[in-house]
Amino acid sequence: MSIVEERTGGNGYVGQALRRKEDPRLITGSATYIDDLTLPGTLWAAIVRSPEAHARIVSIDTSAALERPDVEAVFTGEDLADLAAPTVFFWKPPGVEVKVPEHWPLARGKVGYVGQAVAVVLGTDRYSVVDAAEEVIVEYEPLPVVVDLESALEEGAPLVHDEYGTNNCFEWSLGGGDLDAAFEEADVIVERRLVNHRTAGAAIETRGCIAEWRADRLTLWSSTQIPHIARVVLSIQLGISEDRIRVVAPEVGGGFGSKLQVYGEEVLACYCSRRLNRPVKWIATRSEDMMTTHHGRDHVARVRLGAKRDGTLTAIHARILADLGSYHLIEGPVIPTFAACVISGCYRFSAVKCDVTGVFTNKFTTDAIRGAGRPEGIHDIEMAMDQLARELDMDPLELRRRNFLRKEEFPASLPHGVIYDSGDYDGALEKLLEHVDVDAFRREQAQLREQGIYRGIGFSCYVEICGLAPSRVLGPPGWGMQGGYFESAIVRVHPTGSVTAYTGTSPHGQGHETGFAQIVADKLGVSPDQVEVIHGDTNTGPFGKDTYGSRTAAVGGEAMARAADKVANKAKQIAAHKLEAAPEDIELRDGEFRVKGVPEKGMALGDIAGEAYIPVDLPEGMEPGLDETAFYDPENFTWPFGAHACMVDVDPETGKVEIVRYVAVDDCGPAINPMLIDGQIHGGLAHTIGQVLYEQVVYDSEGQLITGSFVDYALPTAAELPSFETDRTETPSPVNSLGVKGVGEAATIGSTPAIHSALLDALRPLGVEFVDLPLTPLRVWQAIQEARGEGGGPRASEQARDVGPQGQGPGFGPSAPEGGAL
Amino acid sequence: MIPAEFEYAAPESIEDAIAVLGEDPEAKLLAGGQSLLPLMKLRLAVPSRLVDLRSVPGLTGIDRQGDGVRIGAMTRHADLQDADELGLIARVAGSIADQQVRNRGTIGGSLAHGDPASDLPALLLAAEGEVTAQGPGGQRTIPAGELFQDYLTTALAPDEVITEVRVPVVDGWGFGYEKFNRRAEDWAMVGVCALVRTSDGTCEDVRIGFTHMGSTPLRATASEAALRGKGLEAEAIADAAEQAAEGTEPPGDLNATADYKRHLARVLTKRALTTAAKG
Amino acid sequence: MGATVRVEASVNGERRVSETEARTLLVYWLRDELGLTGTHIGCDTSNCGACTVHLNGEAVKSCTVLAAQVDGAEVTTIEGLGRDGQLHPLQEAFWKHHGLQCGYCTPGMIMAAADLLARNPDPSEEDVRHGLEGNLCRCTGYHNIVKAVQEAARAREMAAVEVPGPPRETPQAGR
Repeated sequence: MSIVEERTGGNGYVGQALRRKEDPRLITGSATYIDDLTLPGTLWAAIVRSPEAHARIVSIDTSAALERPDVEAVFTGEDLADLAAPTVFFWKPPGVEVKVPEHWPLARGKVGYVGQAVAVVLGTDRYSVVDAAEEVIVEYEPLPVVVDLESALEEGAPLVHDEYGTNNCFEWSLGGGDLDAAFEEADVIVERRLVNHRTAGAAIETRGCIAEWRADRLTLWSSTQIPHIARVVLSIQLGISEDRIRVVAPEVGGGFGSKLQVYGEEVLACYCSRRLNRPVKWIATRSEDMMTTHHGRDHVARVRLGAKRDGTLTAIHARILADLGSYHLIEGPVIPTFAACVISGCYRFSAVKCDVTGVFTNKFTTDAIRGAGRPEGIHDIEMAMDQLARELDMDPLELRRRNFLRKEEFPASLPHGVIYDSGDYDGALEKLLEHVDVDAFRREQAQLREQGIYRGIGFSCYVEICGLAPSRVLGPPGWGMQGGYFESAIVRVHPTGSVTAYTGTSPHGQGHETGFAQIVADKLGVSPDQVEVIHGDTNTGPFGKDTYGSRTAAVGGEAMARAADKVANKAKQIAAHKLEAAPEDIELRDGEFRVKGVPEKGMALGDIAGEAYIPVDLPEGMEPGLDETAFYDPENFTWPFGAHACMVDVDPETGKVEIVRYVAVDDCGPAINPMLIDGQIHGGLAHTIGQVLYEQVVYDSEGQLITGSFVDYALPTAAELPSFETDRTETPSPVNSLGVKGVGEAATIGSTPAIHSALLDALRPLGVEFVDLPLTPLRVWQAIQEARGEGGGPRASEQARDVGPQGQGPGFGPSAPEGGAL
Repeated sequence: MIPAEFEYAAPESIEDAIAVLGEDPEAKLLAGGQSLLPLMKLRLAVPSRLVDLRSVPGLTGIDRQGDGVRIGAMTRHADLQDADELGLIARVAGSIADQQVRNRGTIGGSLAHGDPASDLPALLLAAEGEVTAQGPGGQRTIPAGELFQDYLTTALAPDEVITEVRVPVVDGWGFGYEKFNRRAEDWAMVGVCALVRTSDGTCEDVRIGFTHMGSTPLRATASEAALRGKGLEAEAIADAAEQAAEGTEPPGDLNATADYKRHLARVLTKRALTTAAKG
Repeated sequence: MGATVRVEASVNGERRVSETEARTLLVYWLRDELGLTGTHIGCDTSNCGACTVHLNGEAVKSCTVLAAQVDGAEVTTIEGLGRDGQLHPLQEAFWKHHGLQCGYCTPGMIMAAADLLARNPDPSEEDVRHGLEGNLCRCTGYHNIVKAVQEAARAREMAAVEVPGPPRETPQAGR
């Protein structure tokens, strides 16, 4: 019996690759996403947005729009003067000053990024309100723009916020051990500057919401990952008590962290609905979404890694510059600090330090996108490790093995204060090498090179931190997030024996309606078909902290397990009473609560529920009903880990990179549903391949967003990706009874260096020492040219670019040239 | 996402279509809509009226004519892609965007749109094809070399309709089309279309067309001249390809600098010629 | 309201008629006027394919078609794919192989895959990957989608089920 089976009563559903309960509605097109919801009397909102990256608003003329018969109202920032508070910001790190410029749903006085909402038009028709919005005339006085992260910190750089006198938003640091001494001890020190460029979440469903103010109460339906947190924020910004607000996440078409946010448009829709006494609906176009759904990553890091001649690591110091954009929403600045949690990777160090500087630029906000600081952190350490290996003339995997924290050392305390729960880094790497014969690859690589084919291999051994979170560590006295990070669940058995399980998490594609049903089914002796999992509605179920940070299984699942345990315990007591046995002699076996050793004396859950809800013969003092709540705050984060290998082919004539093979071994503890785990790995890998080879959010030097649509923001299709080879090890986490660690972000976090290293391995014979992300054909070709002495390489920083005369892109050119062909 | 308002007509004869275009200078023809509708949804194009050709008879069909082929203007890329016997035409049409777009987009619409990043203009230019355009004054033939004038600008008058496309060379020529893009469904960063007529291992004639190397499709005349009449060994092809970018001034964009495009032109010309030389 | 057109089409086998703006995109006509919300919108540049439906038996992006252009035509959406309450083999295969997570791209993906299989009943993995290049998924990494499509191709039921296929002669435009 597996650990999980032991812990869940062995009914046998946990661990099985069951088909998802979610799917029937999704594969038939019967699910309800936000744009599928209609309410009578709805007003459509169209938002007027700034075309300027930094400007004073001189005037806004709404008269033409207001004259239209189908326009109900037009509001500007001034009209929203009675909003109770600006954007709520959740990070107050003890001892660190974070500058938090005021941000309102509609700009007041000035704009700080292209796309900033300046006015909203509310009309009766979805189509004509877009026409009406075009008739709002806004006059701007442009101000100097700064878009490059490093330039923004230079003396004399244009200021994003004059009142601060600097673009430095905060300085934060985490470290431990004697860093200077540890570097002194080192025989070899390598340094590396690394870019991890700006990306977008790009869920296929854009953001959208409907707000309805009715009978003194507010309901917001929103494509969000965080209905509970949204309710808190709305309460503060609108000045309405939480009990009068309901937030519902309908079916949500992907989030990836980009919907872990409370956006101005949501507050705006609520405000307008209350003011106009009608429902207000807003659905982002993709172009709006690219501009004003928060971006991710956007770091420039300098990593310094020290080791002895025999490869023993001594110290790591990472200094990270993080581009925050011009304003914060709920928590953007904290995201880069999570890199510090994984900056020492799988390895033993005497000293670790990570400094983070947050920088304002005239771009949109960066905040959590899948991995949230940890992909960047693992990218930093793993690329530095490879460089160190070359410096020491040592096999990169051997270098890693020498420094792995050993299985027996867990829970492992790292010098900078983090405590890894459990790990078996040797085990994961060994498992990877069962699938990848490196020697054979090297022979094949040499042969291919002779034929002019440049193939490379790269590895990544990663650990990551998730299962957010132990409140005392992440919350106000620790990291400084102003909230608790527990989870909650209600397991409610109905009189007829079926079960409704409510979770405070808010999954949006991960499959927890199935996974949680498996957990509860095992605990109560029913089938998952009899367990309905409900989530995403703040009116229904307990207060939870929603879904992000790979927490739903590790924290939400544990809360669910505990609630189910409480039900099982009560069920046992009822069964014992009815079967005339002691409660400790009742066990769950074959779908019944049975007297141990007496199989004919058992009761199914349905029978027990019958007793509970027709309470004529319950144990003395027992309340009727079979319905239990659990709240669970974890003791620690959980720390998934793994080992990946990536093989790429590079066409040296064009710079095009193709993934030939990707092998991922990941350990997220025991599986609740292995098919769901594989799905998260596939998606996570695709996310990183997208970032490394295809995707980049690009602003030009004037702060104009160049990658404003899916033409230019190049999400890979099936044609660009390989099939993946996945395997797992299972190292239970001691943090929760299920032993699970979470897996939603793990593959994304582990994979950047595997691909990056593979490319460098392929190009090394051409004399290329290093090329920064993104590894687009242009940049790879430029790197090859530079190595050949035939031209300048790719720009050192990809924060902002001149991309040539605008409008000469394919298909979407400028307005009609002379001659009026258009 | 939402186009601006427009009037709509679906005339049932080509003459009616021409008449409507003549009445309204801001009107645009609608064929498959796969180029025009995306522009209208972003409000980069705001025609007053769309004249839909869906009900006009006689604009579809693929007919062999000697060594070449006559294609009705409303013939879809999907129909060309499936016609293997059309060789280069099928290959190029099959590389456009994705299947859903190919199921709607038409050859006439693509040529009339005049985007140098589209694939069919380069093909027509290389194959020295022509279109038949009908206007209020009757029909005329416009050779490919005269059709594409500038970015999104063709020789068509606002009230002219392409009715058919003629591609004279299909049989007897080896062909290759190299399309370099970020993703399979993207426009080409650079595309090279090559046609080679071989006789006894010698290049009797060669035509090379560029996608996305300028404001119109272009002929790689320097490479053509370098290869015409020569042998077709790898070295000769490489030499000819080295000159591919001569005379071009491709505009840089998000994905490619001008230098990189010129380099791609050389690389892709070599590859396209190599394929075409194999017959 | 702008100029209107009358659209009469067969949608999932039912005759539907409406008066709508000339500029109404087919995807909005299907969703907002006919209430068939299974077809989704994911972009505004015809890239994502979430809006894929069948027009006269062939996959098209309904965001890049005007409702006016389907007058007299047959349209099939995801809601019309199953038969008599039975799932289409593709729907079954997507479910079996976990070919979806959030489900938003799924209707369009399945409709595109149905067209792919009608054109090529026995596709290789590469054929499937290229055949779906017009459809974006952010959740699955496509791995299980490819498996699902290949399984559906193998399903013997495919032969028995009337899958809308492309008409074999060159069609008249729009008809």
